[in-house]
Amino acid sequence: MPDDRPRTLLQAMARPGYLLSPWPLRAVLYGITTPLSALLWGIPLGLLGTPWLMLAAVIADDAHSGSPGEIVFLVVFGALLLATAGPLVAVPGAALERLRVRLTDDRPFPTPHREPRRPGLAAWFATRYTEGATWRGLAVLVVTALLFLPITGAVGLLLVLGATMAGTPLLVFVYGDNVSLGPWEVSTLPEAWLPSLAGAAVLAVGAYIGGLAVAAQVELVRFMQRDRGEEALRAELTEVTRSRARLVDAFEAERRRIERDLHDGAQQRLVALSMQLGLARLDLPEGSPTRERIAEAQEQAKRALVELRELVHGIHPQVLTDRGLVAALPELADRCAVPTEVVVELDERPPAHTEATAYFAVAEALANTAKHSGAGSARVNARMEARTLVVEVADDGRGGARVAEGGGLTGLADRAAVADGRILLSSPPGGPTLLRLELPCP
Amino acid sequence: MSVTPGDHPNGAVRTVLAEDGVLLREGLSGLLERFGFTVVEAVGDAAALEEAVRRHDPALVVTDIRMPPGFSDEGLRAAVRLRRERPGLAVVALSQYVEQSYAADLLDSGGGAGVGYLLKERVADVEEFAAQLGRVAAGGTVVDPEVVRQLLRRRRDPLERLSAREREVLAEIAEGHSNTAIALRMHLSEAAVGKHIGNILAKLDLPPDDGLNRRVMAVLAYLRSA
Repeated sequence: MPDDRPRTLLQAMARPGYLLSPWPLRAVLYGITTPLSALLWGIPLGLLGTPWLMLAAVIADDAHSGSPGEIVFLVVFGALLLATAGPLVAVPGAALERLRVRLTDDRPFPTPHREPRRPGLAAWFATRYTEGATWRGLAVLVVTALLFLPITGAVGLLLVLGATMAGTPLLVFVYGDNVSLGPWEVSTLPEAWLPSLAGAAVLAVGAYIGGLAVAAQVELVRFMQRDRGEEALRAELTEVTRSRARLVDAFEAERRRIERDLHDGAQQRLVALSMQLGLARLDLPEGSPTRERIAEAQEQAKRALVELRELVHGIHPQVLTDRGLVAALPELADRCAVPTEVVVELDERPPAHTEATAYFAVAEALANTAKHSGAGSARVNARMEARTLVVEVADDGRGGARVAEGGGLTGLADRAAVADGRILLSSPPGGPTLLRLELPCP
Repeated sequence: MSVTPGDHPNGAVRTVLAEDGVLLREGLSGLLERFGFTVVEAVGDAAALEEAVRRHDPALVVTDIRMPPGFSDEGLRAAVRLRRERPGLAVVALSQYVEQSYAADLLDSGGGAGVGYLLKERVADVEEFAAQLGRVAAGGTVVDPEVVRQLLRRRRDPLERLSAREREVLAEIAEGHSNTAIALRMHLSEAAVGKHIGNILAKLDLPPDDGLNRRVMAVLAYLRSA
């Protein structure tokens, strides 16, 4: 059975038992705390807003219209004051306002503030000063002081009037005679019943009017302090994008580390080993079985070296690190089975990760050309266009290339996307195929 | 045509060796000594190499290309600088992989005489390696077969005009072999080798010349232009 207890003031007011429920009392509590809150936060806010208040006074004063310098100073000074000290008032103030909302509202009300990314005061300030929730909190305080306070005052007057009228019999009993209630003069207890009933009616109506007023205030606060999902999402997306870029960088660094470890370790040892085998062979008489066996071992070591060399080159080509695309792309073309013409027009070297992305994109594209296109020739061009590295790989093959799920091109598109770049592929059936890679170089 | 220990034509060539891997440095040192080279100093980085060369004034430098501190092409750059300072200094650069632009840099220095560019793994064929060092020390030029292979694979004019046999001869030339050696290795007459070389020079639009070094230079000139 669903819990059908009212969770908000409005829901409670829609029920018949509203007047006898705790809800009017809760609304009264909210109303009583409104002036306290308005006073507590209104004073510091008023101080911060002094320059603007003075400005308003200057403008309103016809006789003494302020000089432009004076007006600019007041505007700027006021803005500075609010921008620097405003959040210090807004954050605790809005927190208290959210707490007050709970007096008349049982719905969950999560904080709209973001978690600071790192511990520490500096990170806390950085987060609070830059998020919208803080500044909307400031608006809540202003609205509380300027709008809620007068409304609460009006409703409060109505309720006091009702309570006084309802209490007429008591007044007569205590003070004896001649209690004056506006137009009415009441002097005896029987006479007092009529205003008392009228007062009860006023109180009842006041409970609804006040309830409505409080409910409206609560809704406004909830609206202004709601947790903006999309804002949090956007912040999260920025963070995800950054972490993705960091991952790619780390991946790239790891490749280099592996390449270097293999170069300094396994490769050196294999070279030394095959050299020792070569020397050992020299010491043995020509034609002896041991010499043959050592020659065989040496042959295997050599083959291992060739394989290792190819492997290391595929992980991260040293020539790319040393000399950049100008040297690395022609070398790629040399390794390609399809005759490839390379033109690299770069005055300076792009950042390392951009170079790596471009290099591996060309490697993948040329591998595809050799494997699938049946092309007779290919062309690679790298140049800068308005701070963007543009690399094009074209072939005269049969076309029909696609960016297949999980294929090499997909991985490259991902790599390009991390660098805010993109890969464009034009490959109509019958060819030709043109792959264009654009990588911004800030 | 094997060179056996003790019977070496290298006449105590004073050599400075630069290699950052201790294992390989010691191995190479032993290998060089065994084939009659005199290793006057073996160092582990490019700065030490330059210092050692200034101190000992050797005839031959054998250096790794990639060395500390940057693990980039320090050894190569040091070698090129040294060649500029000392035109007579023979240099063999060892590389873990083939890179045309490294080869071109080195060959550009000092007119390409007394230069070698070899893959590190060639040290496995100790006799051939020692012989190659000897040829470089004697002012010859040795380019790794892998460089030549890549060059030939480009299938571009004017290399495309070479016949299969002429390509083989070109590769032999690049490795620093003499006409006689090429004739022996390819089982041809010396006259046939001479004819092939004439054809190669003609097809590469290079003026014919009889000197060994001129022919090698012709090949290397093409390598640089590629």
